[in-house]
Amino acid sequence: MPALPAEPLSCLPFGNGRSYGDVCLNGGGALLLARGLDRFIAFDPAAGLLRAEAGVLLSEILALIVSRGWFPPVTPGTQFVTLGGAIANDVHGKNHHLAGSFGGHVRAFELLRSDGERLTCTPEHNADWFRATVGGLGLTGLITWVEIQLQRIANPWIVAENRRFASLDEFLALNAEYEARYPYTVSWIDCAARGRALGRGIYMAGMHAPPGLMKPPPSERRALTVPFAPPVSLVNNLSVCWFNRLYYHLPRPARGLTPYQPFFYPLDNLREWNRLYGRRGFFQYQCVIPPAEARAALREVLARIAASGQGSMLAVLKRFGDQTSGGLLSFPRPGFTLALDFPNLGARTFALLESLDEVTRQAGGAVYPAKDARMSGDSFRRYFPRWAEFSRFIDPRFSSSFWRRVMGE
Amino acid sequence: MRNILIIGATSAIAEATARRFAAGGARFHLVGRHAERLAAIARDLEIRSGQAVTQESLDLDRLDAHPALLERAEQALGGIDVALIAHGTLPDQNACQQSVEQTLAAIHTNALSVISLATLLANAFERRGRGTLIVIGSVAGDRGRQSNYVYGAAKGMVSLFLQGLRNRLSGKGIQVITIKPGFVDTPMTAAFEKKGLLWAQPDRIAQGIVAAVERGRDEVYLPWFWRWIMLIILHIPERLFKRLNL
Repeated sequence: MPALPAEPLSCLPFGNGRSYGDVCLNGGGALLLARGLDRFIAFDPAAGLLRAEAGVLLSEILALIVSRGWFPPVTPGTQFVTLGGAIANDVHGKNHHLAGSFGGHVRAFELLRSDGERLTCTPEHNADWFRATVGGLGLTGLITWVEIQLQRIANPWIVAENRRFASLDEFLALNAEYEARYPYTVSWIDCAARGRALGRGIYMAGMHAPPGLMKPPPSERRALTVPFAPPVSLVNNLSVCWFNRLYYHLPRPARGLTPYQPFFYPLDNLREWNRLYGRRGFFQYQCVIPPAEARAALREVLARIAASGQGSMLAVLKRFGDQTSGGLLSFPRPGFTLALDFPNLGARTFALLESLDEVTRQAGGAVYPAKDARMSGDSFRRYFPRWAEFSRFIDPRFSSSFWRRVMGE
Repeated sequence: MRNILIIGATSAIAEATARRFAAGGARFHLVGRHAERLAAIARDLEIRSGQAVTQESLDLDRLDAHPALLERAEQALGGIDVALIAHGTLPDQNACQQSVEQTLAAIHTNALSVISLATLLANAFERRGRGTLIVIGSVAGDRGRQSNYVYGAAKGMVSLFLQGLRNRLSGKGIQVITIKPGFVDTPMTAAFEKKGLLWAQPDRIAQGIVAAVERGRDEVYLPWFWRWIMLIILHIPERLFKRLNL
């Protein structure tokens, strides 16, 4: 085992750095750069079982498996995440209502502790370590390899359907209908809309195309790169207002065949898109609200955002199903989840996010640590009541900026 | 489907290059020093290429073992189409200055063993009338500098040797490619502070190597801008150059 940095420096595994806040940072400590663990170990093309080192990216897995008729069981909105990161944050995708989160499809992984012990964890074997490490924010040790069960696909195409909805109630009605027909569902919400238009947006649903239904392979799209961060954010109240209005009204095909990349990873082709928010950057905010409270709480969240005049361009709404991975700190739980982005305007933005937290807390919901940079320790303990049980599994040499922040250390 | 022999297959640049070749369909025979790491790379390449990968671990400093090594590679692959020689060490310049033994050992590994393998491979390619030989050199081999002239002298020797080999085999259907990477973020350079625009990732070098093969290039600086940096460095008069702190 390679030597860890000398005490008292703490360590934290770092995958590809795609979480938005400080769960992947360790200020004053050391990061273990896990991208070096990037080899495939075994692939059974008949059963769809893949074992790989934990630093392998989802994009590298897709390049290997899609042409062989397999697809990740769950995929987040970017393919530039590592397997280890997908477990540590127990990531979810557009199929949560059917498939649950990523951790539910992990067959096994190896956890390397700082004392040199190697634990092979499966849902049955070392099950307590498994549940602590799924969603465990990298704090339980270094994940060295992972085995996942893939899902069968007939071809790389997605049958996608888009539908505009004029209000939150219309969304709720549409959602019940579409979830029954499609494995992948998600909605974009126009956060700048107020009053009667509150909660309007576009419903997007998709399924893997059946055999025979496909087009010739699309030509490779060249990725664009945002070359530098402008001094001020290009995403601001005015641009969001116009973008959202335009995007809402843009004519779009109701139903069509699309390659899987733009369907699952719309932002992956705009490299360094975070630079659009300028040098001060942005905050993400993703909460989940239990079903019973969802309608009222979501209305309240959207109303507070619209009233604040701080728009969100990439507002996304989806229902989480009842399936959970069992992770002690896993974020996905039954309810409706809303993901938002806000340019960093300093105190104003912090105040808005704290006021959203107030709604989330009262509704008995939770906020996603992978996207957080500011939630209070009190909020965290309310959202993740099993934190004390979890903390027994933390490796004594491991820590993170996030963990010290919410634990008040 | 190309049959590819990689010598020094555990090097980061070699591994990245192999992955790019694997995506285009290739069969590999790997040679390297560390059996365990070689096995992990072989397994990874088998999955990526969908083809069986053979391997052999060996200390390449043993020049007398080279002929048999290449024979086994020929047999395993059923003929070598492409050979990539990528093994090497980055010697400690200060230690070398104080030790003739260490200086000669560095030159043995980085120059003599490469020249031995290149000679044998070139002759085998010449008998068959085709083949591609790729050797990883270095920008350090273009001009001697106080900070790493032992390594540079070895790489420079390889570079000159390959020029002659290329000249000899030109018109015989055999491609001889010298790759001259600049600063690359690999385990070999782990001791360096890797910040700044001059540092490249191994995959960027790999991409350049595959492109050099496809385009039939002779000598390639990677990334491309090193060609212009080295052009300037080569043209500084020695009277001035000897006083620079490089």
